[in-house]
Amino acid sequence: MRKIYIKEEVCIGCGLCEVYCQLQHASVHDLIKAFKKRGPRPLARARIEAKGNVSFSVRCRNCDEPQCVYACLTGAITRDIETGMIAVDEEKCIGCCTCMLVCPLGAIKQDKEHKKMIKCDFCQGEETPACVTNCPNEALYCVEYNGTNIELAAKAPSPF
Amino acid sequence: MEYIERIKYLIIGNSAGGIGAIEAIREVDNNGTISIISDEPYPAYSRPLISDFLAGKQTIDKLNYRAADIYKQNDIKTIFGNRVTNLNLDNNTVLLESGHELGWDKLLLATGGTPIVPPMEGREAGGVFTFTTLADAIDIDDYLRQKPDANAVVIGGGLIGVSVTESLLKRNVKVTIIEMKERILNVILDEKTSYMEHKAIKDSGAEIITGHTVSKINSNTHGEVYGVTLDNGDVIPCGIVIIAIGVKPRLELINGTNIKVNRGIVVDKHMQTSVTGIYACGDVAEAFDFIYGENRLTPVWPNAYLGGRTAGLNMAGKATDYPGGTNINSMKYFGIYIVSAGMISAPDKSYQELIAEHNDVYKKLILKDGLVTGMIFSGEVDRAGIIYNLMKDRVNVESFKQSLISDDMGLLSLPETVWRNRLATVPPVNGVDCAVS
Ligand SMILES: Cc1cc2nc3c(=O)[nH]c(=O)nc-3n(C[C@H](O)[C@H](O)[C@H](O)COP(=O)(O)OP(=O)(O)OC[C@H]3O[C@@H](n4cnc5c(N)ncnc54)[C@H](O)[C@@H]3O)c2cc1C
Ligand code: SF4
Ligand code: SF4
Repeated sequence: MRKIYIKEEVCIGCGLCEVYCQLQHASVHDLIKAFKKRGPRPLARARIEAKGNVSFSVRCRNCDEPQCVYACLTGAITRDIETGMIAVDEEKCIGCCTCMLVCPLGAIKQDKEHKKMIKCDFCQGEETPACVTNCPNEALYCVEYNGTNIELAAKAPSPF
Repeated sequence: MEYIERIKYLIIGNSAGGIGAIEAIREVDNNGTISIISDEPYPAYSRPLISDFLAGKQTIDKLNYRAADIYKQNDIKTIFGNRVTNLNLDNNTVLLESGHELGWDKLLLATGGTPIVPPMEGREAGGVFTFTTLADAIDIDDYLRQKPDANAVVIGGGLIGVSVTESLLKRNVKVTIIEMKERILNVILDEKTSYMEHKAIKDSGAEIITGHTVSKINSNTHGEVYGVTLDNGDVIPCGIVIIAIGVKPRLELINGTNIKVNRGIVVDKHMQTSVTGIYACGDVAEAFDFIYGENRLTPVWPNAYLGGRTAGLNMAGKATDYPGGTNINSMKYFGIYIVSAGMISAPDKSYQELIAEHNDVYKKLILKDGLVTGMIFSGEVDRAGIIYNLMKDRVNVESFKQSLISDDMGLLSLPETVWRNRLATVPPVNGVDCAVS
């Protein structure tokens, strides 16, 4: 399955991954409109952490043993057998935040307006997610991981 | 002798624990026969959602925990609306209420909890209910449709009592909660947060009486409830009573067998009971609690699923340890978001409490010897999982404990070895150490 690699050594914490994640999940695909004109700002599913010289971008890593799936009270979070991705069914989710309490990365958060949980959805089937495409420093890239082998995904910018 | 069908994996209980088990078994064994038995007549539903049903927010089909075809897809035989009345440990068979007998190779007891109903006078009266099953919610709904003007008395101010109160208020039913202890939600919240809930519930129009119990439920000559009498003699008129004191392990099948029971069925790290081949999980089981370092009852949904999953993997031959669980709760009653895990306050002077408080935010940690043994966060609950996992992994936080209750708490609040470990799930790529997400 596809995963996103974080190369923390070259991340400068600029936050563009968050910005492009927000844009990707906005109702309009125009930065200015999405951020300034259309109601509340869309929420980012990736988060930048920075402290001193260290910074990196965190999002759901689609755990092999997804605690969120095991904990969910309603069955709203499941793994898609085809893609291996963990996804939230917004219709079923009641926004109780039980999943948030067990996620080791703090990667799932509540959309307070709609009272539903949101997380990285790999830009819903995009070949390369917006954060990876738009990281100016190539601190993020896509890989294909089958449990033992890792290969850089074709379209991902090469870090080497 | 009559032929008795033998099932490879026999599961009693079709809820969080039972489903956790069958999903895990099918990850390991695609062919072994599985049967799942429940005395409830429906496919697995989300038990916590019965309050949304009662509030009128969800229809019955929306309560389903899994897709309707999960049993068919996984080739699982369902025996619903039928109760197991007896376990025969000599022959490895169960007897069903319908008279059928079934044998097992591996048995899972995921029988959950049963509501606690104290022996109070009048509890048989019409209009007195418990609130732990969908059938309860349907019965209450029917009753209130006939008596829309009835006021309610809810006995017990714990999770289930508060949950049913919220549903009743949404239906414009007047509610009085009677809590025996000094404060509501006293098992899962500390004084501060339980007061927040207390205030929110009062602001929503319900009455709360603490420090008292109901000594008698009063009914008229038709056997219908018209009020309750408290231990101090006060009388509260009402048309419906919900007994929501809590649940206890449902042990009717186990009593009299040699399966070891303490408060619940005692299981080892594989979720196996004292009898080889018989496993238990969920509300009925006493499994390892990593905060207390001993087996405890932790009757919450996530632990039931995870215990069931662990049992299932072991039943199917994949040796797997239960990672341990502790009481965790995440609630949003009356619009207040609170998460809690482990202890709710320092039990004695050898523990320390760390508290951060500002605006609507309240964060409290309980620590001992550098380990977090409890947490309560309210107002700002994002990323609480980072701390819960420190508790679970028994990470010593002494050197950075203060940063855990700061507003910008995140992975970088943790030491480098820990955050690297959190991010990394796969080996280095082309020799380069990378974190993966
Ligand atoms: C109103 C309410 C709100 C709740 N809210 C929360 C919450 O917010 N968060 C949380 O984590 N937890 C919550 N819980 C608790 C949670 O629902 C339980 O921890 C969970 O359901 C336990 O799952 P289980 O599989 O162990 O057993 P159960 O869900 O109790 O299921 C056991 C099943 O086994 C069946 N059974 C038992 N004995 C037999 C027999 N002899 N023959 C046939 N069938 C049998 C029962 O009928 C039942 O269907 C709530 C519970 C209630 C009632
Ligand atoms: S939300 Fe958290 S627990 Fe769930 S799969 Fe993603 S990283 Fe893992
Ligand atoms: S918030 Fe939604 S996805 Fe998370 S546990 Fe609750 S119902 Fe499941």
